[in-house]
Amino acid sequence: MGDQYYNPEDLKKFGNIGEFQKNLADKFFSYYGEVFNDSELTAREKSLIALAVAHAVQCPYCIDAYSTDAYEKGWSEGQMMEAVHVAAAIRGGATLVHGVQMMNKVKEIKM
Amino acid sequence: MKSLNAQKNNLSDTHNQIEILENGPSGNFKLIPFKQKLIETDLFPLKPTGINIFQINVGKMCNQVCKHCHVDAGPDRKEIMTIETMQQCLEALKNNPQLQTVDLTGGAPEMNPNFKWFVEEIKKLERHIIVRCNLTIILANKKFNYLPDFFKENNIEVVSSLPFYTQSRTDSQRGDGVFNESIKALQLLNDTGYGIEGSNLILNLVYNPAGAFLPASQTALEKEYKDALLQQFNIRFNNLFTITNLPISRYLDYLIRSGNYEKYMEKLVSAYNPIAAANVMCRNTISISWDGFLYDCDFNQMLDLKVSSKGKHISQFDIPTLNERNIVVNQHCYGCTSGAGSSCGGAVT
Repeated sequence: MGDQYYNPEDLKKFGNIGEFQKNLADKFFSYYGEVFNDSELTAREKSLIALAVAHAVQCPYCIDAYSTDAYEKGWSEGQMMEAVHVAAAIRGGATLVHGVQMMNKVKEIKM
Repeated sequence: MKSLNAQKNNLSDTHNQIEILENGPSGNFKLIPFKQKLIETDLFPLKPTGINIFQINVGKMCNQVCKHCHVDAGPDRKEIMTIETMQQCLEALKNNPQLQTVDLTGGAPEMNPNFKWFVEEIKKLERHIIVRCNLTIILANKKFNYLPDFFKENNIEVVSSLPFYTQSRTDSQRGDGVFNESIKALQLLNDTGYGIEGSNLILNLVYNPAGAFLPASQTALEKEYKDALLQQFNIRFNNLFTITNLPISRYLDYLIRSGNYEKYMEKLVSAYNPIAAANVMCRNTISISWDGFLYDCDFNQMLDLKVSSKGKHISQFDIPTLNERNIVVNQHCYGCTSGAGSSCGGAVT
């Protein structure tokens, strides 16, 4: 373990997770590859979704990988930032919609 | 912007470029040698499969100064092929009918004062001619406005760089205003029949990444280009060739200055594809420089890595001898073997 939790070099070692559990890693990477193939959504569209999700889950490895991938696939800077805003809006909305739960509870207990 | 040559940049010396490719800008950045990769995949020594493409670089003069140019071309480059060397090329073509395709490149090949004559002479030998036209040359000066009709009369295949279908990406690589001029030139070519179904006039576009990244899928990008160019500009074309930028000359300079060199090279190495390596263009192409020397490809030409063969000049052109040679490789060759591979005709897998 190094002196920091995240190291850009570790992204290149993602494939090594099979060292500790090969069977599940093989299944995961096979599934992962299949998910990102052109299908009913194009690989290009999937890349932009992945970029937004990477921001939502705040994974620096995924942000690194999918910023490059989305740009390589031709998305513009503006389109990529709009995708990040979609992630931010959903995350913000997810917090705020729980405000209703808070309101329900307060209304339940207050006089 | 001036060429590296005019700036007297350290990289204008090809020895310095090769030193960086082998040891990195810092002198201690080593990657697996390309030769070793070929050995591991049973491709060393890399041998020709039979030369049938005769690629002639008629000069380094160009009206543009693109940031990624591996030729270091520009208006300040005066090296152009003489009519005597062109005659030697014609002689080689005449004696070797298997050289079915003649691929003319530069610089802007049209700026060579003998370009028109040369094309007509090649046409008399009944060869397929490709001209790598940068598009803006057609509109750069009235004297070049004849080009679309001239291309049509000689049934030339036009291959043109358009790094992207948006202005910002194209201009960031090729200079301000290039995108708009390129669009106008493409519309003129379409008006002449180029890229139009049923016309038999072939117009292919070239995509290369405007930055330190690799090309996406050629098939997917072609569809994107076709949809965007048709919808926005009513432009049609035949095929899109995706070409990986090789770490040579101005692109090498860009990689180093932007701090991307090491990561880019690591990416190329990790994406090495033996199937692409087996299909590289140097196996069926010979490249001739403005001064008549022979190279395995245009990239080796720009690094001054001449063919490893007895005759190194067009005056000594001998296909059987050249077909026996070992192709000269170095670290830049990873650019042609990464992912789907790369060549002057796009992806190779």
